[in-house]
Amino acid sequence: MDPTLQTFENDVWWIALIKVLGVFVLLLLLTLFTINYERKVVARMAVRPGPNQVGPKGWLQSLTDGLKLPFKEEIIPRTADKVIYFIAPVISATCAFTAFAVIPFGPVVSIFGQQTALQVTDVPVSVLVVLACSSLGIYGVVLAGWASGSTYPLLGGLRSSAQMISYEVAMGLSIVAVFMMSGSMSTSEIVAAQGDGREVSLFGLDFTAPGWYAVLLAPSFVIYAISAVGETNRAPFDLPEAESELVGGFHTEYSSFKFALFFLAEYINMITVSALCTTLFLGGWHATWPITLWSGANTGWWPMLWFLAKVLLCLFVFIWLRATLPRMRYDQFMRFGWKVLIPVNLVWILLLATVRVLQTSDLEAQTRFTLIGAAVLVVVLVAVLWPSGKKAAPAPSLAEQIAARPQGSFPLPPLDLQVPPSPRVARQVAERQPADVSSDRSEV
Amino acid sequence: MSFSPYVPIVALFVLGALFALFSVSIAPIVGPKRYNRAKLDAYECGIEPTPQPVGGGRFPVKFYLTAMLFIVFDIETIFLYPWAVSFDALGLFGLVEMVLFIGTVFIAYAYVWRRGGLNWD
Repeated sequence: MDPTLQTFENDVWWIALIKVLGVFVLLLLLTLFTINYERKVVARMAVRPGPNQVGPKGWLQSLTDGLKLPFKEEIIPRTADKVIYFIAPVISATCAFTAFAVIPFGPVVSIFGQQTALQVTDVPVSVLVVLACSSLGIYGVVLAGWASGSTYPLLGGLRSSAQMISYEVAMGLSIVAVFMMSGSMSTSEIVAAQGDGREVSLFGLDFTAPGWYAVLLAPSFVIYAISAVGETNRAPFDLPEAESELVGGFHTEYSSFKFALFFLAEYINMITVSALCTTLFLGGWHATWPITLWSGANTGWWPMLWFLAKVLLCLFVFIWLRATLPRMRYDQFMRFGWKVLIPVNLVWILLLATVRVLQTSDLEAQTRFTLIGAAVLVVVLVAVLWPSGKKAAPAPSLAEQIAARPQGSFPLPPLDLQVPPSPRVARQVAERQPADVSSDRSEV
Repeated sequence: MSFSPYVPIVALFVLGALFALFSVSIAPIVGPKRYNRAKLDAYECGIEPTPQPVGGGRFPVKFYLTAMLFIVFDIETIFLYPWAVSFDALGLFGLVEMVLFIGTVFIAYAYVWRRGGLNWD
């Protein structure tokens, strides 16, 4: 049975409390699991064994790391702004936890005789709650960078704030298409809207194509996936923590459990965007075709398994990206966000809206053609009138550059890029062609 | 007995905040304390740290520009949400209104692009 918004208003208080505690514990366990999962997967991709010492096959490595951290010395730089320095990791971690309150795990089940949905709560603006939490989480990062009183964290904090807000715009716009199709912002209703797929017959084989928005709204899905990686500061967009440039970025000056909280927040954010991706685009907890042949697939506690499987798949893609792609340069990264993702997003939204209006409303043929004509005209006008930047002056040639040097400059070596022949090649040539002593060399 | 569906969100927020505050305050108590002067310096890979004026010092104005642009586009996004949710009810009227609105923002966007506001260097 699909939950409705009414379901959540009827929850008894202790059921709500159990669900809150359950999600909290699940998030902690999932974080510990994800850290280990990431290390193992990256290790396999780099042909290494990865962590394999602590616990069965190394699966307790992140737990021991987590237990170790509070017993490490806490170092606060003298230049730090103490109060904000303490508050910043709390903001990050708290916001990360809160976002998970509206993620649906499954349908209505019975817990201790009470009928309740496998979701902490749902409100008419659930997706906004997730976006708000991820925006507030940026405060933790910025304040941490600022309050450390150190150069690298300040730069890292600024970078990550600019990056996160830039990609948040793209992320927010990519979700608009989902709202348009489902007509709702509540996560459980969006999942329900993706429930029934279309019957497809392919090569004489009947099956149900998934009603996922990832298929129907493929451009939105691609943009969401890209901006989710940018939003969570993960490779290849991990510029705030670029080790080779900024040491550790905003958390360079953090140690002990405060560092652990940032780490926790980063991984919870990763899990949250994966869960949101599953909810909005991958059909949420609904099982897909081969599993739906079994009639009990979408009842009881089973959907939680499908949900977690989809989330783990998203996390695997995150890790895969990290193992595969090199880090982007910051200006390329910002240009991509502002000049590609945002305009493509807006055009796609308008296109989708036009198509839907043409489909649903009963317009006269003349109005219909006027609309299409106007849309084409607008596109052509924008393409013709699009402001092109100033043409850069052609770079001066080498001879001009040399001539422009002031009097008394250092002499230049010849810049003809002629590589002198290597002595080894000369020797090999000499070995292959024995010197002809009989003839006079001047004749050759 | 029923309560607002927003209450569990607040409950999870409080639980998360308590956990974070607890761990932030427990760490200095259980951890060792062996301070010296070098440890308390700002970390800059071992060299003498850059002296910092109060308040974090100066930073490139690009970040400020990005923040201002973000506000414009975030507000645009926020206007798009209620429109998208009630899109089917609004029909053609809603579409025309939104084309006008996005067009207006697009003019500003094209201007910023032309003036190089979106170039990072």
